Amino acid sequence: MSNRNLTNSVYAEFPSCSENEALSRAIAAAFLVQADPTMEELSDIKTAVSEAVTNCIVHGYPDTIGMIKMSCRLENNVISIQITDQGVGIEDVEQARTPLFTTGGEERSGMGFTIMERFMSDLKVDSETGRGTTVTMTRILKSEDADL
Amino acid sequence: MYIRSYLQNNRMTVALTGEIDHHEAQRAMKIIADKIDAYAPQRCTLDFRDVAFMDSSGIAIVIMCVRRMRELGGKLILCNVQPQPMRVFDAAGIQQIAEIQGGAQYE
Repeated sequence: MSNRNLTNSVYAEFPSCSENEALSRAIAAAFLVQADPTMEELSDIKTAVSEAVTNCIVHGYPDTIGMIKMSCRLENNVISIQITDQGVGIEDVEQARTPLFTTGGEERSGMGFTIMERFMSDLKVDSETGRGTTVTMTRILKSEDADL
Repeated sequence: MYIRSYLQNNRMTVALTGEIDHHEAQRAMKIIADKIDAYAPQRCTLDFRDVAFMDSSGIAIVIMCVRRMRELGGKLILCNVQPQPMRVFDAAGIQQIAEIQGGAQYE
C-alpha cells in the first residue's frame, strides 16, 4: 500500500549538456516511485520531463551551456514538475506550442510541447525573451484502487 | 544506443537498442540515414523491440526515414513498438505516414 497523503519535494540543478536528459528522467522516475504510479503514469511523466529538458538544451541555451533547474513536488496524488532555464526565452509561446512547429531543423520533430500537453494533466509555459523559460507541468495520479 | 542492421533482398532491417532521446538521436539519425543512402533499400524496417523509452526525438528519426524512403520510392515499416514509444507515436499520428507492424521482420 502506498502513502498518498505525503508531501515531498526534490530539487536538482545541472548543466545543459544533452547527457543530462537521461539524468532528468531518472530523477523524476526515482522521485515518483513513492507515489506508486502506474507504468503508464511513470512513462508519461518521464517523457514529458525529457521533452522539457531537451527544450532547455536545444532552444534555451542554443550556443552555450547554462544551468537547468528542476524541481518536483508531490502533494497527495498530484505531482508537479517545474523546469527552468535562464536562456534566450521564447518569442511566441503560442507558436512554439503548435504541433510540428520547430526552429530546431530536421533533427527535431516540433512535437515537444504537444507531448507535454498530452501526457500531463496541465502545462504552463512562462517565458521572457532574454530572461529564460519556466515550464510547469502537473499530473494527477490515478487514485489508488480501493483496498479490498 | 546500439544499432544493428540486416540487409536481404533489398530489404533492410534496423534494430534499435536503448533509450532514444535527443542526446542519442543525433548519432542514430546519422547512422540510419547513411545506411539508407548506402543501400537504397526498397523496404526499411525499424525494429523497436529493445527500445524501452523514446521521446519526440524518435519521431524526428521516423520522419527522416519516411522522407528518404519516399525519395527512393520505397516503404518504411515500424515493428515491435513497445507501449511507451507507441504512446509517443500515437501522439504524433505517425500511423498516417508509416506502417506499424507487430511481428518481427527478419526474413
